[in-house]
Amino acid sequence: MYFLIVDSLRKTDVFSTETPGYVGFANLPNQVHRKSVKKGFEFTLMVVGESGLGKSTLINSLFLTDLYPERIIPGAAEKIERTVQIEASTVEIEERGVKLRLTVVDTPGYGDAINSQDCFSTIISYIDDQFERYLHDESGLNRRHIVDNRVHCCFYFISPLGHGLKPLDVQFMKAIHNKVNVVPVIAKADTLTLRERERLKRRILDEIDEHGIKIYHLPDAESDEDEDFKEQTRILKASIPFAVVGSNQQIEAKGKKVRGRLYPWGVVEVENPEHNDFLKLRTMLITHMQDLQEVTQDLHYENFRSERLKRGGRLSSHGYVLPLSPAYVPLCLPAFLP
Amino acid sequence: LAFQTIEIGGPPPGGPQGGVLRGPDLLGYVGIEAVLDQMRRKTMKAGFEFNIMVVGQSGLGKSTLVNTLFKSKVSRKSCSPNYEEKISKTVQLQSVSHVIEEKGVRMKLTVIDTPGFGDQINNDRCWEPVLKHVNEQYEKYLKEELRVNRQRKIPDTRVHCCIYFLPASGHWLRPIDVEFMKRLGKIVSIVPVIAKADTLTLEERTEFKQRIRQDLVANGIQVYPQKENDEDAEERLLNNTIRESIPFAVVGTDREHQVNGHRVLGRKTKWGIVEVENVAHCEFANLRDLLIRSHLEDLKQVTHDVHYETYRVQRLTAGAVHQGGPNGSDLESHL
Repeated sequence: MYFLIVDSLRKTDVFSTETPGYVGFANLPNQVHRKSVKKGFEFTLMVVGESGLGKSTLINSLFLTDLYPERIIPGAAEKIERTVQIEASTVEIEERGVKLRLTVVDTPGYGDAINSQDCFSTIISYIDDQFERYLHDESGLNRRHIVDNRVHCCFYFISPLGHGLKPLDVQFMKAIHNKVNVVPVIAKADTLTLRERERLKRRILDEIDEHGIKIYHLPDAESDEDEDFKEQTRILKASIPFAVVGSNQQIEAKGKKVRGRLYPWGVVEVENPEHNDFLKLRTMLITHMQDLQEVTQDLHYENFRSERLKRGGRLSSHGYVLPLSPAYVPLCLPAFLP
Repeated sequence: LAFQTIEIGGPPPGGPQGGVLRGPDLLGYVGIEAVLDQMRRKTMKAGFEFNIMVVGQSGLGKSTLVNTLFKSKVSRKSCSPNYEEKISKTVQLQSVSHVIEEKGVRMKLTVIDTPGFGDQINNDRCWEPVLKHVNEQYEKYLKEELRVNRQRKIPDTRVHCCIYFLPASGHWLRPIDVEFMKRLGKIVSIVPVIAKADTLTLEERTEFKQRIRQDLVANGIQVYPQKENDEDAEERLLNNTIRESIPFAVVGTDREHQVNGHRVLGRKTKWGIVEVENVAHCEFANLRDLLIRSHLEDLKQVTHDVHYETYRVQRLTAGAVHQGGPNGSDLESHL
């Protein structure tokens, strides 16, 4: 009887013909992959920096698109009146069947005024608002279509002209490093010689250390990854902050067309790793997009959430009043935990 | 240098009645031309004084540019030992003087640097120490000029030229640039330059310059050379070409590299060498020619005849010179 059962089991396709004992849930990652591809990815990237650092050009170069087709750059007279604005543009990028819904949040007016004392309160409010909205949605009854507009990553553009970080750079990064993943980027890097670039990077890293600024750290490669990937991760980690040059213009150089900037003394190729770190920045963003989202969810959002709930107050218009005492929080919310 | 026409004796037979007598009309060679030689010798012995101020945010290459202009280590950074590039918390003005010599001509060059300008989060009124310094030098000169027993050669510490460094953003003038140049353009000759211009392609450079010129006109900012100081048509023509190309897009360096068998001043990158003195690459040579080779004396004259005189008139009509001094807010109300 026993052998009969085994025989009948073998006939059904629970066991693969390749290896005995194979169940088949090793196929799970593929299923997840298929589902994610169908669902698509959402990513929100914030860019912060003074005007004229090439932020828009870099974003267009990174995603090979033109996010700002009808852009008018305001003159000095208009800049004096303005405060920092938040402008979010969303674009859907599809490549090989994978859909990415990318939102780029621009912050024009940052650092332009003579007195930049208050220029980051608008930005911080925006980041907090997105967290608040997500918290509200997550605590609601209908959670099928939660839109994730939280800022997953912030590219902070540092001017290549200085000798390191400016007071404004330090203050801003300290104000947001607990709310969003900060990736410092040295803009317009073609104004630096190789030696100057290395010196500037070291200065910036020293100053980041000195002021206790927490920038986004790339996770180390897992021990089971292949050597190439490990090497790539090592190189990426060693190049932070990335010194980049952006351009979408095609220039003829050495017989082929490359994206670059044409000067009388030569051509700077955007995608040449010897010229600048553009490729490294793009690789980092693409390979770590998932990790950036996770850190936002697990670290920054959770920090916000626990702070917010400790403070108490009405969380939503559903009428679920939260208790003020922190001791009751875990007991009262189990129904809402995913 | 003004020459008076000298009448020699009475009118020569058959010659013009009074007026200017020229070489061939004279009875013989008088030797008036020798005056030129005498003047030249005297000025060479006395030497020239030139005071140049550099203003701009930290990191725009001000010290390097000044060193490159005068091909000597004359900037503040080259003079202080163990120099640390930290951003200073307030705007301090620092003067460094050197005597440089070329072909027997000696020049006492003073470079006034303004570290801390525009570097803070709140840069409100960061131009006031600069305004104050400029006015203080005028006051010093005025006081000396008014003394009963005054020195033959009044020491001239007045700022003859202020180079204002604009970051090469490629967009427009920033509010801080407008505010600074509006106020200082009235009391000193400002020469705006686009700093570290090797970050702009030629197209971007032309567009940026055009926008800056528009911005300057729109805000009523006077930069050197001012139209009203053009003395004759020839000068106007020359100055017009200068006015059409300001602000100069400059790159500075003190390093030399080998290019086509020559040693040139340049910045070496992976994609090429930016030759500082090559007019196809940047406008450093134009700036140098303007400041040193052609308009140095003019800058001094404009400072003396225009800016200083304006200050003097204001001070003398405003009240007694001996009481009070030039504090920034006092004079701002007159400006």
